[in-house]
Amino acid sequence: MAKSHKPVVWFPFAAGGTVIAFCMPVIVLLTLLAALGHAPAGLDYQNMHVFARSGLGKLIIFGVVALSLWSSAHRLRCTCYDFGLRADTLVATVLYAAAIFGSIAAAVFLARI
Amino acid sequence: MKERTVQLEVLRYNPDTDTEAHFQRYEVVCQEEWVVLDALNKVKADIDPTLNYRWSCHMAVCGSCGMMINGEPKLSCHAFLRDYEGVIRVEPLAHFPIERDLVTAPDDFMEKLKRVKPYIIPKEKKPISEGEYKQTPAQLMKFRQYSMCINCMLCYAACPQYGLTPSFIGPAALTLAHRYNQDSRDGGRAERQEVVATHEGVWECTFVGACSEVCPAHVDPASALQQMKITSSLDWIVEHLMPGGKSARDTASREDAGDIS
Repeated sequence: MAKSHKPVVWFPFAAGGTVIAFCMPVIVLLTLLAALGHAPAGLDYQNMHVFARSGLGKLIIFGVVALSLWSSAHRLRCTCYDFGLRADTLVATVLYAAAIFGSIAAAVFLARI
Repeated sequence: MKERTVQLEVLRYNPDTDTEAHFQRYEVVCQEEWVVLDALNKVKADIDPTLNYRWSCHMAVCGSCGMMINGEPKLSCHAFLRDYEGVIRVEPLAHFPIERDLVTAPDDFMEKLKRVKPYIIPKEKKPISEGEYKQTPAQLMKFRQYSMCINCMLCYAACPQYGLTPSFIGPAALTLAHRYNQDSRDGGRAERQEVVATHEGVWECTFVGACSEVCPAHVDPASALQQMKITSSLDWIVEHLMPGGKSARDTASREDAGDIS
């Protein structure tokens, strides 16, 4: 039997899973703090804007967004499969397309800053 | 010792007379500290000698008394009556064909075990005169946990992927492949990858993790499969993205195949 090509989608999924585990709880916490008007001084709008304008900042933000989206899409695909939704090609196409679309949107918005 | 009357609801199926399986209720007087297997033995001895089930050691070592107890895969010798209230439902292991009553046919699992080559394929053969293959405690610890499997098949009964896709090689067999891949004396990984790195191998697994939850030997098959996904992915990169990677790998497989013949 031929070896699977699944590593193509699995590697970014695994990387995204790691990114989500490390970054997402902090991002959710900081977003909540900012929404309640308690953003730490170092993370106020001006500083974040400067960060998002730098090349490295753009790359980091894009990496976090794109990998997280891909990981979530793949996780959702697996969950659909576990629940017996076996139209895997259709599910995968829709979810991966959504992740790619979201990543492109992130790239466009970052480029505009 | 306290006595307790237990209601057992057991799935019965006799291939000679039944067209389909049905539940039968037994009322059994048990000792408080008994396990479900004791209750079944009492049924067989005093109430209904026609009841069929497998068991041997009664101490969670042999792995033959796996059953669904209240819908969960368990060794019946390890399922204490004190942990259950009301009627206890006992069924044969899920995802395997029923042979008779609580006895299932394990043929599919046995065939898959063979396919992963669960034995040492020596890196280099050496004559007995050169002595034993030595291993450090650290090298042993790399695979020891994965060698504790008792082939009870509870992980197959728990795995939703195996239930939906019977061609999936499954948790225990793949974990055993990992056990030998991790062994410092072994050189058979390239051969096993032909089964492990396919769609029906590790890539059918979606990391539900139920296998590790039900494993009575704490083998943690889910972790073995995730580690194999990482090594299989690294293999894929070498085979597809590195110049000359593929041919190098093929040569390695051929050499290993020649090694055992």
